[in-house]
Amino acid sequence: MGTVWFCLVAIMLAGYVVLDGFDLGVGVLHLWLGRTDAERRILMRSIGPVWDGNEVWLIAAGGTLYFAFPSLYASGFSGFYLPLMMVLWLLILRGISLEFRSHISGPIWSTLWDTTFSLASLLLAVFYGAALGNVVRGVPLDANGRFFEPLWTNFMPSGETGILDWYTVIVGVVALAVLTLHGATWIGLKTEGVLYSRAVRSASVIWWLVAFLTVALTLVTFLMFPQLFMNFRIQVWGYVFPILAIAGLLGMKWTIGREDATAFGCSCAYIVGMLTSVVFSVYPSVLPASTNPAFGLTVANAKAGEYGLKIGLIWWVIGMALASGYTIFVYRNFAGKVGSADSEEHESY
Amino acid sequence: MNEALNVHRLHFAFTITFHYIFPQLTMGLALLLVYLKTKALRTGDEHYNRSARFWARIFGINFALGVVTGIPMEFQFGTNWAAFSKAAGGVIGQTLAMEGVFSFFLESSFLGLFLFGEKKLGRVGHWWAAFLVWLGSWLSGFLIVATDAWMQHPTGYRLGANGEFELESFWALLLNKWALWQYAHTMLGAVQTGCFVMAAIGAYYLLSGVHVEQGKLFVRTAVIVGVIAACMQLSPTGDKQGLMISRYQKPTLAAMEGLFETQEGAPLAILGQPDVKNQRLDNPIVVPDALSFLTYRVWSAKVDGLDSFPRSDWPDNIELLYFSYHIMVGLGTVFIAILVIAAWKLFRGTLYGSKIMLWMLMLALPFPFIANTAGWVTAEVGRQPWLIYGLMRTSAGVSPLVSAGSAWFTLIGFLGMYMVLGILFLYLVYREIDRGPAPGHAEVASAA
Repeated sequence: MGTVWFCLVAIMLAGYVVLDGFDLGVGVLHLWLGRTDAERRILMRSIGPVWDGNEVWLIAAGGTLYFAFPSLYASGFSGFYLPLMMVLWLLILRGISLEFRSHISGPIWSTLWDTTFSLASLLLAVFYGAALGNVVRGVPLDANGRFFEPLWTNFMPSGETGILDWYTVIVGVVALAVLTLHGATWIGLKTEGVLYSRAVRSASVIWWLVAFLTVALTLVTFLMFPQLFMNFRIQVWGYVFPILAIAGLLGMKWTIGREDATAFGCSCAYIVGMLTSVVFSVYPSVLPASTNPAFGLTVANAKAGEYGLKIGLIWWVIGMALASGYTIFVYRNFAGKVGSADSEEHESY
Repeated sequence: MNEALNVHRLHFAFTITFHYIFPQLTMGLALLLVYLKTKALRTGDEHYNRSARFWARIFGINFALGVVTGIPMEFQFGTNWAAFSKAAGGVIGQTLAMEGVFSFFLESSFLGLFLFGEKKLGRVGHWWAAFLVWLGSWLSGFLIVATDAWMQHPTGYRLGANGEFELESFWALLLNKWALWQYAHTMLGAVQTGCFVMAAIGAYYLLSGVHVEQGKLFVRTAVIVGVIAACMQLSPTGDKQGLMISRYQKPTLAAMEGLFETQEGAPLAILGQPDVKNQRLDNPIVVPDALSFLTYRVWSAKVDGLDSFPRSDWPDNIELLYFSYHIMVGLGTVFIAILVIAAWKLFRGTLYGSKIMLWMLMLALPFPFIANTAGWVTAEVGRQPWLIYGLMRTSAGVSPLVSAGSAWFTLIGFLGMYMVLGILFLYLVYREIDRGPAPGHAEVASAA
């Protein structure tokens, strides 16, 4: 039952990264691709009706983590206290920029929220990457499964670690590049004209960066944490995850600027492949200890009671089936390119 | 007392209090929006749709702030209350996760359609969007109240092998009778906030002589719905809630009422200031024997005062508890009075011409927010010194490794950020009210 929930939480987190990932990427590119007020309005409208629902995946994943692995939730959230609070502030700033920008038209008001939106999106992407880096690297858990990490110490990924060290910063930068590319493929899917050509051009350039960083990060990770590759040796089928990532990455190269929907799909596949590869390699650990491997949190010692997990499975399946239904309904209602023609209807609210 | 503990408590208290300004209005307005859309569908009167569109804009701003201030709440269980989360996550994690899975997806999906899709969805489709937004927000309210109710009156759990609470009965958790009454009481409070805000803006338009037709509709809708909610707030829901406290949280009842001495025929304190050091109520104005009657339905029944309980079980802030309870009850009584008179005048057809009533309705706007907040302070301060009543002390639930310094840092961050949010909120809502509902065809024609 613990492994089932491990997979379900991983699916929800992957769902969150894929969905909120593209609207974060749009945010990162917002100031650069959108040069005029009208263009920026189109960019915001390309995510307008969906970003809020995308963020719900984070809340739902957090809630699911809370009830399925209470010890992990407690230990991880209190240990990552400072960066999590900053993530919350960034989410607040980003949310209100998206909501409030359209309420008043005026250059100062728009510039304020455009900049806030873009900076908050950029920092969030880096923070998420750094958080993932921390999980891979391990955290200084004590014998009670507790830790508290400062934001940084000496930027070294061993000894007295902080949230940010050179390794986690690299992961943060990779996350930023990956989500930016993801956002660019989304903009390619949703816009036309000059925005479209700018998005395609950026995507082609960022693709090379992502490809380079993927190889570099994989090598660095392999050298620093060779134990992560144990699972692949034991369970050979696990190679399907990195293969999915590679296929997505190569597929993007061929489809950017030609098949916009496929390019976006490939970007989703790449992200899912990368995340599942990480998740597969850390299993059954959920939060490894950098202090003493025996202190690490695993599926077995972090999971909730058996009855709760079983009953949870029933409502989770029903609830997520409904939620997927609404998500598909909303996206279908909102399919197609965002033009400037329907702007008046939107702006009236 | 542990310094960090107090900062963590203040942190949660501040962020939840600020957060709850928004959901209480959106939950109330969601019901009123369904009411307006239903009326529009049934009568075909376009005034109702125009009103619904205006209130949807106010709803949208409030909803956005509710969402962004709500996300930190879910995270804070883990960040600031790790020991509690570790112990209780297997139980209350259920209701919190269900809130995400069942309500938030529903709300976020259909709110977009409700706000932007009126033309596309058509009349019936748009009614459904309003209905599903209402359903999502009220379901969310229930799951949060069920979570709190488990902390007030734990049911359906057992103690696991590692000293952690495990879920034993899903239905006992969801159908906790504490949750059912607390939910009804909470939602009626939210409906009153929605009604008073709607009535206040309607009264403001009537007194200013602008948007008169819409103003009348706002006042009429709000008074009709509000008077029902206000009466049910007192009885049965408030009464039942009080009875549960008198049965399961006896020291809390004594502290709420400022009853220091156990006595037969206990009085009900209307006014007075608790002097905890000397264990007496200063300057009391009381109704003799009334507390005994309300608690046990017998005028001479014996009610336990605080002296019946060890000091370690007393709520740790009796003054705050006493005043928040009295403010809640006092305001609730005033609301009933205002709304009953308003409903009577509405029935007689004299409400729109009664300047005094319109002024009262307009100035009443902030008070339901205060009453709802005071109600939650009563519930949560009343639960002290327990985090899970009878099972876990508040001091045992805090994150052991998060220092007071870290907690102050983020508390100050939230204070600053929420101040900015508050200013923006007031400014944007003011603009919407100033703009008012879009004029109808008739009004445009007459203006031309």
